[in-house]
Amino acid sequence: MLLEVRNVSIAYNGPPVVQQANIRLPAGAIGCLLGPSGCGKTTLLRCIAGFEPVIEGEILLQGKQVSRPGHAVPPERRRVGMVFQDLALFPHLSIANNIAFGLRNHDRAKRQLRIKELLSLVGLEHSAEVYPHQLSGGQQQRVALARAMAPRPDLLLLDEPFSSLDIELREKLAREVRQILKEDGLTALLVTHDQFEAFAMADEIGVMHAGRLLQWDSAYNLYHRPTHRFIADFIGQGVMLPGTVVGDRAVETELGTLHGRIPNGSLPGSHVEVLIRPDDVLHDDHRPTTAEVVSKVFRGADFLYTLRLPSGAKILCLAPSHHNHPVGHRLGIRVAVDDLVIFPAV
Amino acid sequence: MWPKRLILSAVMALFTVSPALAAGEVNIYSARQEVLIKPLLDQFSAQTGIKVNLVAGNADALIQRLTSEGINSPADILLTVDAGNLNRAKELGLFQQVRSENLEQAVPSAYRDPEGHWYGLSMRARPIMVAKDKVKADALSTYQDLTDSQWRRKVCVRSSSNVYNQSMVAAMIAQNGVQTTEDWARGLVANFARPPQGGDRDQIKAVAAGQCDIALVNTYYLGGMLNSSQADEREAASKVAIIWPNQNDRGVHVNISGAGLTRHARNHDNAVRLLEFLVSEEAQRWYAEANYEYPVRPGTPVSETLASWGEFKADDLNLALLGDHNPEAVRLMDRAGWR
Amino acid sequence: MSDVQAAAGGSERSRLQFDWWSAGVCVVALTLAAPILVIFSFVFHPAGEVWRHLAATVLREYVTNSLLLVLGVGVGTLLMGVSTAWLCTLCRFPGRRLFQWALLLPMAIPAYIIAYTYTGMLDFSGPVQTTLRAWFDWGYGDYWFPQVRSLGGAVVMLSLVLYPYVYLLARAAFLEQSTCVLEVSRTLGCGPWRSFFTIALPLARPAIIAGLTLALMEALADFGTVQYFGVNTFTTGIFRTWFGLGDSSAAAQLAALMMTFVLVLIVLERWSRRQAKYHHTTQRYRTLPGFQLRGWRALGASAVCILPLFFGFALPATQLGAWALRTWRQTLDPAFFQLVRNSLLLAATAAVLALLLALFMAYGKRLRRSPLIEGALRIAGMGYAVPGLVIAVGVIIPFAWLDNTVDAWMRSTFGISTGLLLSGTITAVVFAYLVRFLAVSLHTVEAAMGKIRPSMDDAGRSLGLRPAAVLGRIHLPIMRGSLLTALLLVFVDVLKELPATLILRPFNFNTLAVRAFELASDEMLAESSLAALAIVLAGLAPVILLSRSIRRSRPGGEHAS
Repeated sequence: MLLEVRNVSIAYNGPPVVQQANIRLPAGAIGCLLGPSGCGKTTLLRCIAGFEPVIEGEILLQGKQVSRPGHAVPPERRRVGMVFQDLALFPHLSIANNIAFGLRNHDRAKRQLRIKELLSLVGLEHSAEVYPHQLSGGQQQRVALARAMAPRPDLLLLDEPFSSLDIELREKLAREVRQILKEDGLTALLVTHDQFEAFAMADEIGVMHAGRLLQWDSAYNLYHRPTHRFIADFIGQGVMLPGTVVGDRAVETELGTLHGRIPNGSLPGSHVEVLIRPDDVLHDDHRPTTAEVVSKVFRGADFLYTLRLPSGAKILCLAPSHHNHPVGHRLGIRVAVDDLVIFPAV
Repeated sequence: MWPKRLILSAVMALFTVSPALAAGEVNIYSARQEVLIKPLLDQFSAQTGIKVNLVAGNADALIQRLTSEGINSPADILLTVDAGNLNRAKELGLFQQVRSENLEQAVPSAYRDPEGHWYGLSMRARPIMVAKDKVKADALSTYQDLTDSQWRRKVCVRSSSNVYNQSMVAAMIAQNGVQTTEDWARGLVANFARPPQGGDRDQIKAVAAGQCDIALVNTYYLGGMLNSSQADEREAASKVAIIWPNQNDRGVHVNISGAGLTRHARNHDNAVRLLEFLVSEEAQRWYAEANYEYPVRPGTPVSETLASWGEFKADDLNLALLGDHNPEAVRLMDRAGWR
Repeated sequence: MSDVQAAAGGSERSRLQFDWWSAGVCVVALTLAAPILVIFSFVFHPAGEVWRHLAATVLREYVTNSLLLVLGVGVGTLLMGVSTAWLCTLCRFPGRRLFQWALLLPMAIPAYIIAYTYTGMLDFSGPVQTTLRAWFDWGYGDYWFPQVRSLGGAVVMLSLVLYPYVYLLARAAFLEQSTCVLEVSRTLGCGPWRSFFTIALPLARPAIIAGLTLALMEALADFGTVQYFGVNTFTTGIFRTWFGLGDSSAAAQLAALMMTFVLVLIVLERWSRRQAKYHHTTQRYRTLPGFQLRGWRALGASAVCILPLFFGFALPATQLGAWALRTWRQTLDPAFFQLVRNSLLLAATAAVLALLLALFMAYGKRLRRSPLIEGALRIAGMGYAVPGLVIAVGVIIPFAWLDNTVDAWMRSTFGISTGLLLSGTITAVVFAYLVRFLAVSLHTVEAAMGKIRPSMDDAGRSLGLRPAAVLGRIHLPIMRGSLLTALLLVFVDVLKELPATLILRPFNFNTLAVRAFELASDEMLAESSLAALAIVLAGLAPVILLSRSIRRSRPGGEHAS
């Protein structure tokens, strides 16, 4: 493991901001801490960088302990690069010198080579001698990345790196950055509140909420097998439909009996809630179950319908864009759930 | 990095200018400004080959410096321009007795400490100065006359923060008591032509320009203006006449500049030689000619300017008393509204 | 496993280093505060009776005059400083280039010199009034003429020489403002004037307040001008109580009262803006717009800039020049060049040391935000409001004590007398300058450092810099302009400094300020003019240099005009 965070808690004179976090990131992987603002994700990132002390647990880089309560290897000795939310480019240095900043111990020729290499990697070959304020936001972003990568850190940390950019640029840049990191074989940990950014960049994602790291998993699993109701809500769209456990692997709902793994402790007869994703609900005129169209959003390739079931519960349905139904129309629907996600009813 | 080089040069600079005082050289703390004493010291050095080192500054601060430095103070001589500070230094134990026939013969007993702790070097009087064209020479003859209501809005004097005024009032307290002096000060304040401001020369200029008719000014300022390089100063001074007050009783208020040998002086002999030099006829004449002060040494010829002002009776009050009454003088002036 | 320990050991070292920094800041602050603490310690001697006397007679006047002086100089320096800074930075009108640097010139003139000069010209017996009387055949009392030697006169004199502090810092702040913010305000329907009052001015507030604080502290500590004008303020009161009444305790209590007043003002100001952060939020700078002024507006702008320049510099400097021309044959001797050398050397040394200390302390505060360090900084910066002579006495006492203690110990242990090691040396003089002027560099450095976003530090650390290296490689270059400002402000201040130099200096050591003051206070204005002029000239070069560096410091550069 390149990065191991073991039971780390962080606090400043008060209740912990981060509690008992665990992360394992193998070399070459791109991880992501995802969560709403104030969940402690940036604090955890800064702690890994060495800017904040831990009050509990330990952090290991390349198997060496760098943080434990009362001790912290200072940031400059961790071989960790960081891209800051506000980029923090040095305004008094040219782009080339910004990138060269972490290369003080290289000899001149090597340094020049590395700068050239990075400039071409981020596509700014012709901007070596200009100053940060002369660049666009996206370009500044790439300079910040190049600067952090220059000393070939063991781990690259990115703190909301795209938050200052507009949305189209964000996803495009996120994919570009992923490609750059992968080409260089870098291990990276990203912090963001934007799940699409996380999906576009990361191999593994940890969802944080209220100081706790709830689940560390692949994007697919977070979407389809969320372990917490918060994650189910936070990632993707969907609704919670009430149901009753009827057997070992079956739940009875308004949409019929669904089959899948039932979590421990939910005995037959107990009330539960089942996560229904929009893509789990298929339009099928041959089914007896119908629902009324309450509203719809045209999204190009598909429609996102909001449907009302006879009981009054609402579900979402994703239908190809040629399935155009007016509001008030009743649709036949079918539910196809591969991974049943069930939480105890509240 | 540049800061390192700068630190280095700064530190070097600190130590290259530190003084190296050689033995035998005489070190003076002087409350008298350098320009008014340096020529005499240079003359002394030229005659004797003894180098003299000088720090000139505020008397009270120099006394503080001398006190704090204590046994290790480099100063051999403390020189001040008023008797009050000399006496204060004596009471603080900063001086030592000097027994020198030359000094005792040269300086009349009124102008030296009875125990030989300090000796007067020069004397200045603070008479009344009037506008020649407005005030007749016999219109007033005492300090008391200044409070007469006929001089309402006619009198100019500088601030009571100035030591010359403080000494003058202290002398009055010593002779007439607090109450009489305070009444006098209130009367004087009532006659002020303007709030106290400026220096002594400014009072002479104000009289010359007609802003007031009467001023209280030290003599040497008038001498300096009469012989100034600037035509306007000479002209202003020429419009002013001196009235020697209280000639039938206590005499005009006088003060001295003087010096004493410090208690821990290391260059005792040379310092005493310097003191003796400063009261020698030659040095005394310089005071009178270059600075328009009165010599303390009897029989020293005075300059033409001083001679033109005539003889006068000086107050023979023991000057050591001025220091004792100085705080009371300041309070009295505060109460009287003399700013 | 050994690697783990090595890493842990490294972290231990770095933690220790942090603590050293904090401890260092406190030690420096305490050392610099020692003279003030010595004075403060007199406070505990009882002085009840003198206080009753002061309260019954003059205290009210001291308080009123000091308040009026501070208020007047505050208004004066703000009006002149901010208006000229705004015009010269964001408007285009004839002469703007010249004004940009020339407006700093009055800073080079010591306040007492300008006071003597104006009195010489405008007094009842001066050439102006004399000429008027001759023309109109007036006599005393026939006409009204403003009284130079008055509280109003002191306010004008001090405002004229102190407004450059406000101008300097306000201009630097206006230059740094992103025009986007101003444009946002314009698009929200604010005219240029409203944009100025609602956006530019509040954004520049920390800088303007820093400048104003310096100006006001200097005004409060001024002795030469108010004493000559017969205006009784706290400062003259301290002197009078100490030396006239011979009561050092009451004097120290007056001084303590004054310092408390200053401290309360500073704390109030800091408290009032504790919520607002003034890091700039945008990285985008563009060239400044340069509102082109034409016609009477351009004339008005030129007039606003010409007035302080004329009255604060051109007129008094011309008068000094005229006097110097008449007297230079007597006053220009080889010793004069020694004076120049001494003055420059002292000023340069003190300026560099003050800057280094300010950097050390301000960065210490950035590393460790604690009330202790914050307090240490404020205490170290208090000397600026204390009159130089009070500081000088405060330096004499502990230095002499230290020297005598070392001497006594050396005598008793080794039989060697070390004498006075520090007292009466240049070191003591420079130390007093640091006590008095550290606030100037500290204010400037703190303001500049406050504008560097904390992520810059983190970026530096993550790129392998130790904390000290972050200061050297990131902060210093970014703050270059402000550092120069700090350096030169102290330089010019030291050139003008008088009372501490007078008392603490070694034997036979003179400076330009000492020479100028000795002659001027003996009412030999003409003879003092050459030294005064030399101070002005020595201050001129740095002032011009300063102005150039400020113009270059703006990332986006300035509109080419």
